[in-house]
Amino acid sequence: MNAFLQQLVLGLLIGGLYGLAAAGLSLVFGVLKVLNVAHGQLIMLGGYGAFWLFALWGLDPFASLALVVPGALVLGVILYGALFGWVVRAHEETRVKNSLLIGFGLALALDGAAVRLWTADERSITTGYAGAVFEFGGLAVPLVRLASLALAFALIGGLHLLLRRWRWGRAIRATAEDWEAALMTGIDVRRAYLLAFAIGTALAGAAGTLVSVGYSISPSIGLEWTLKALIVVVLAGLGSMLGTFVGGLVLGLAEALSATVFGGPYREVVGLVIFFVVLVARPQGLFAR
Amino acid sequence: MLEVQAVEAAYGPFLALSGVTLTIHPGEIVALLGPNGAGKTTLIRCITGLLRPRAGLVRFEGEPLGDVPAHAIVERGLAVVPEGRRLFGAMTVEENLELGAFVPRARSRRAAGLERVYAIFPVLRGSRRQIASALSGGQQQMVAIGRALMANPRLLVLDEPSLGLAPLLVESIFEVLREINASGVSILLVEQNVQAALTLSRRAYILEAGRMAGEGSAAALLDDARVRRAYLGPLAP
Repeated sequence: MNAFLQQLVLGLLIGGLYGLAAAGLSLVFGVLKVLNVAHGQLIMLGGYGAFWLFALWGLDPFASLALVVPGALVLGVILYGALFGWVVRAHEETRVKNSLLIGFGLALALDGAAVRLWTADERSITTGYAGAVFEFGGLAVPLVRLASLALAFALIGGLHLLLRRWRWGRAIRATAEDWEAALMTGIDVRRAYLLAFAIGTALAGAAGTLVSVGYSISPSIGLEWTLKALIVVVLAGLGSMLGTFVGGLVLGLAEALSATVFGGPYREVVGLVIFFVVLVARPQGLFAR
Repeated sequence: MLEVQAVEAAYGPFLALSGVTLTIHPGEIVALLGPNGAGKTTLIRCITGLLRPRAGLVRFEGEPLGDVPAHAIVERGLAVVPEGRRLFGAMTVEENLELGAFVPRARSRRAAGLERVYAIFPVLRGSRRQIASALSGGQQQMVAIGRALMANPRLLVLDEPSLGLAPLLVESIFEVLREINASGVSILLVEQNVQAALTLSRRAYILEAGRMAGEGSAAALLDDARVRRAYLGPLAP
């Protein structure tokens, strides 16, 4: 029984990162109608950013968020200007198609570049407090992962407030709902796209940092994280960042459940089952309005 | 105030407007009438920058709008109430209204703008925390008009504001348009409700199959037998 609960706790902890990984993808998809399949690679880049800041300068990974997130924001601006800004010129219906091509190309390029620059080795950040564990009713909760979950929640909450209170946050939501109506109310829709994409990339950077400290990174994790994020986006639906976070927790729990009930190899299967069942039974997602 | 000169517009190979000319003087209410598919909404899209005319010129307050992006046209003082309202349905009434004041010319006067809208539509003050898509059609139309007013426009363009509303509501909306006009805002009103539109406006244009088929004073058009037959029905007195 205890081992079972322990698995659920660990599932919940990684679920928070699934939610954070999905938030960026969801924002970009919801606002630009562009599916960035290289989102996982952006998470990978964020992870390496934090890893090298730690390895070269000994910067604490949680403190390095203060550098990685702004860096990712700038990267997002560059990627939008160079690649995705061209996709949004197309009609909404053809954007996903075009973005898939660009996204896969970008993903392959980033995968290759990461192997060449940093080798295919698996890396993770081992801080002095990496092994610290918080004991609770016979359950062991790794402190680093608990802190990551709390940070993921704080970032999602911050994003939620940003989209609600900030002038451009509201403009981003308006653009997501009806870009033509947004244009008619005087919103520079292209700028809303740029901001949403940059914020989405910044969230990927934050997610990558947290992955590199509680788990591990390698050049090949991109696709895996894109898939997790995609499953959560389908599960939660578009339009609610808090819903996306809850969706991440649900996926983490479901993975832990299927791993303990059916055995380890089934951890990855449950996500695809969820993907399929939600698309058939409730295609708009659990929390979409 | 607004000059549309020989505008030609097309969707791909399909010519939607050709040689369309229209003028609005400061302070006027002008109606744009015509059957479905005549090109009224296309003309509005040309005026608001959503569609670039293939030929011709649109000028607002003397300046050509040819290269001005659509969002910047709002900043110049031209706001539109789009067909079908196009509210941001997942947001509250007040969020919709505040987004109307997104442009710099209106931002600093946001609070005063809200008060003005609530004074015109008192019912919206009570429902300001409600999600816009949950409102009745009439209230949604009020929000749409309010959102456009929040931009502090000098010219207000309305595309079919009476569509789908009960006659009593249409009457009160038109009364509000009269008040808005009296406060110094020029109005271009696109309508299918010809009788109401001609009663409100001073001048009107008639668009048919992408061309201007007539123009004149509202009173003259109301008396014109051809207009009566075409738009008010064969039984019109």
